[in-house]
Amino acid sequence: MVDPRLLRLDPLDNVLVTIQTLEAGDSVVIDGRKFTVTSRLTLGHKLAARDIRNGEKIFKYHMPIGSATRDISAGEHIHLHNMKSDYIDTVEMQARHSLDGHHGHR
Amino acid sequence: MVIAEQAYLRADGRKGIRNHLVVAYLVECAHHVAREIVYPYREVGVQLIGFGGCYPNAYAAKMMKQLCTHPNVGGVLLLSLGCESFKRTELQAAVAASGRPVETLVIQQSGGTRKTIEQGRSLVEQILKGMEYVPRAPLEMREFVVGTICGGSDATSGITANPGVGRAFDRLVREGASGIFEETSELIGCEAIMAERAVTPELGTILGNAVAKAAAYHTVLGHGSFATGNAEGGLTTQEEKSMGAYAKSGASRISGLLKPGDIPPAGGLYLLDVVSDGEVRFGFPNINDNAEIAELIACGSHVILFTTGRGSVVGSAISPVIKVCANPETYRRMSDDMDVDAGKILEGRGTLDSVGSEIFDLSLAVAKGDKSKSEALLHQEFVLTYKSFEPIGPSCLPRV
Repeated sequence: MVDPRLLRLDPLDNVLVTIQTLEAGDSVVIDGRKFTVTSRLTLGHKLAARDIRNGEKIFKYHMPIGSATRDISAGEHIHLHNMKSDYIDTVEMQARHSLDGHHGHR
Repeated sequence: MVIAEQAYLRADGRKGIRNHLVVAYLVECAHHVAREIVYPYREVGVQLIGFGGCYPNAYAAKMMKQLCTHPNVGGVLLLSLGCESFKRTELQAAVAASGRPVETLVIQQSGGTRKTIEQGRSLVEQILKGMEYVPRAPLEMREFVVGTICGGSDATSGITANPGVGRAFDRLVREGASGIFEETSELIGCEAIMAERAVTPELGTILGNAVAKAAAYHTVLGHGSFATGNAEGGLTTQEEKSMGAYAKSGASRISGLLKPGDIPPAGGLYLLDVVSDGEVRFGFPNINDNAEIAELIACGSHVILFTTGRGSVVGSAISPVIKVCANPETYRRMSDDMDVDAGKILEGRGTLDSVGSEIFDLSLAVAKGDKSKSEALLHQEFVLTYKSFEPIGPSCLPRV
């Protein structure tokens, strides 16, 4: 049973996508277990659907979208702080570069 | 299957869903005069396009020719300063050979700004009269060309609007139309699965090479197709964004690879390679979404399906742009600009299949003459920059 505010895009996925804004302190239910959201998450962010080990692939829409860079607990927010691109390093560097606010075209 | 009874039949046999007069400046120095000529007619289908550069460029010449002879264009007025390098007589001859009324004004010969604007407006009146009697013929599904692009993506784009367009593309291609997707630099990470969909192994290799070229280009420029807004919207990696963008192509086999200005030879799904060949020159492959929209239109696209999560408002000269909004919160905030509320999928008000049908139906309605939101708001953005391409080889369009 997944919380209606979370979307599981594919049964294989180890992430769930928020489909509404969740506020810090909100509770969400994933597979019958209750988790507390630690920071405000707007629509479209990812939460771990289960415990994920450091180095494990992150799957979304049945596709690998990167790897965990540390152990991630079920219900935790997954983003730049705990996962990375598996694609060419330059892409990752460029992504960081644009996240610094210098660039980004769309 | 006929999708529009009263399409505009052009001398080359292609059919348009609009009958625009384009005023085309051939260097930035003629831009203001061209814009002033257009202004009183901007609500009656007179539109402004142009190329700003003064130096000659084969890509720009091909793009301008393909745009001035696009099936949605019924007549052309060219605006030259006089000393720029653009080969205006060649362009005028190509447009005339396509059976369209065409005139050229050279500002240095016409006596400057004020006199050229006056002469330009009287030529617009004259060309508009000449465009009234274009023969009409039914547009068949197999003649219909639809392009797709995403802009202002967020994490909802890949969940709702992009797969929704993918469903619409599947149906268009199944019924015989041509679908064109592009953004090779946003397909980084999808090469392998995309290559498997090619109709021949050689084409699969070509598709993979196009993406590798885009990746190399971006590496040299030190800049990815990943913007701050993408991460704020919850996207973490390039491949996560790519998979979302890739979903617009649907699930059909891929029939070929086009470069800007190449017209699909028959119905099917095509990848448009938008990154220059050869060494990295001229800066970013696409400086903004409209640069890509202009290329999709130069390939013959009658309409453009534009998916957006964060909320782009742009339209285009020549072909109507249909906005498919991925994010229900954005839709509520910007509904005047959005044609399809694909984000309803996230709120249980629709499914991917129902949104796909809605996009398909709206494409046909716009082909029949309904105005898209951006079109009704007179969005007619246009941009064309320098690029350089080698012609495509026979393996890019295999006969199977």
